[in-house]
Amino acid sequence: MSLRSRVALGLVVPVAIVVSYALWSANAASPYFPPLDVILTRFRELWLFDLVASDVLPSLKNLGLGLLLAVIAGIPCGAILGRIRWMGEMFGPLLDFWRSVPPIMLIPPLVLILGIEDSAKVTIIAVGSFFPVCVATADGMRQADPTLVDAARAMRLGPLKTMVDIYLRAGSPAILGGIQIGLQAAFVLMVASEMLAAYRGIGYLTMQAQVTFDSVTMWAGTLLLALLGFTANAVFVAIRNRVLSWHTGMRVSRASS
Amino acid sequence: MSDTSQPRLALTDLSKTYDGSTPVLDGISLTVGAGEFFSIVGPSGAGKTTLLRCLTGLMRPTDGQVTLDGIPLSEPSPKMSLVFQEYTRSLMPWASIGKNVALPLRARGVPRAERTSRVAKVLAEVGLSGVEAKYPWQLSGGMQQRVAIARALVTEPEVLVMDEPFASVDAQTRMDLEDLTRRLQQDHRMTIVLVTHDIDEAVYLSDRIAVLSKNPARLVEVVDVPLGAERDQIHTREVSVFADLRGRILSTIRDVQAQPV
Repeated sequence: MSLRSRVALGLVVPVAIVVSYALWSANAASPYFPPLDVILTRFRELWLFDLVASDVLPSLKNLGLGLLLAVIAGIPCGAILGRIRWMGEMFGPLLDFWRSVPPIMLIPPLVLILGIEDSAKVTIIAVGSFFPVCVATADGMRQADPTLVDAARAMRLGPLKTMVDIYLRAGSPAILGGIQIGLQAAFVLMVASEMLAAYRGIGYLTMQAQVTFDSVTMWAGTLLLALLGFTANAVFVAIRNRVLSWHTGMRVSRASS
Repeated sequence: MSDTSQPRLALTDLSKTYDGSTPVLDGISLTVGAGEFFSIVGPSGAGKTTLLRCLTGLMRPTDGQVTLDGIPLSEPSPKMSLVFQEYTRSLMPWASIGKNVALPLRARGVPRAERTSRVAKVLAEVGLSGVEAKYPWQLSGGMQQRVAIARALVTEPEVLVMDEPFASVDAQTRMDLEDLTRRLQQDHRMTIVLVTHDIDEAVYLSDRIAVLSKNPARLVEVVDVPLGAERDQIHTREVSVFADLRGRILSTIRDVQAQPV
């Protein structure tokens, strides 16, 4: 199926939902479901672009910084846990525990300890998205082919170069998958921490609108969050596909041979 | 080049036992001279790969030792290169051919400009000029194995060790690669140690052949191959010496396989 027809087919359901809502809400007079054009007008008033500098960019900066810290720390930690057996055995249960716990659980204790400043938000996001990156990197260490590892040893590639050129590259599909999960966790934590403990930000404004029964502003904020989340993921997938073009190419060539 | 009185590679009473089980290699002693094409054949499951891992320094033998130019080998030597059977697994699918071939030079800290020129030169030698920007999976199996050979040659090794290098390619490609290997050996005056289960291939390529038994692998005999330096895929395989040697080695292997374990 061509890209164009896939995009067209994928748009059918979202467009149908939006159109149905617009038609239905225009005459619904429900306090919970304001008409679409009212929501879009509020969206434009608030988010294009009056509050972007004060309430959107700082949130996104926290997100980016937190995720960056998670990646910088998560990859080396995962590499160590994946490559050094006793370290993996020692910390494995902790990672398994963490996997089964919702990351927003972090918010109350970290807010108590660190407060509600940006640095606290960055920490919450970094800690929450660290674990998926770390776990995926540890798993990715097993993706290196033993023959290639032997080849690297035979050519006396040092331990650091073997890690960077062989293990991390071979594990990059898994690691990028972990970063994608980390991005989703980071986004949830960014919004939730603003809803629960903040004095600005999209999450804060949306939550404030909800508690003051301003359903129009609430929906405008929800719409913005949805668009931001979707865009962040789409950008990430585009980058990942570029980085992993070898992986796709290899699979296609093996499938056809 | 060292003088011929000292072997390039010497295995002395080499044994390998994995924890607690029966030995895989039992007291193997042999020497390979400088510039020699030496093959190791044996029934499948004879521990040829274990032997190869020990003689390249990838694995420590339980007993005995390997010396390269008289110096005991405890880890892979910069004088030695390896070519594996499975090119799809020994090349890096995420790196271009140029980067794959340059990897051993990167390991040695050779500057980029020199890497590029040496990679181009060695790719030309294996008949693959100008493929630097391609990826391994874009090439045929035979071409990928040429890349693996180029990567092994780029460091100008004195000893090239090959583990069933032509077992995964079709018959025509296999002959081309055999002749390429023979030509490269003579051009570079390299010592080659070839591990194979294919007796025809061993006779066609080698100066001498070691025959191994199975369970555990012991050295049964070392056979001289008096076929001269010039070999030809059609004529060499037709001469009576070729047929005699082939038959002799085959019956030796059949005998050792028939023995009770």
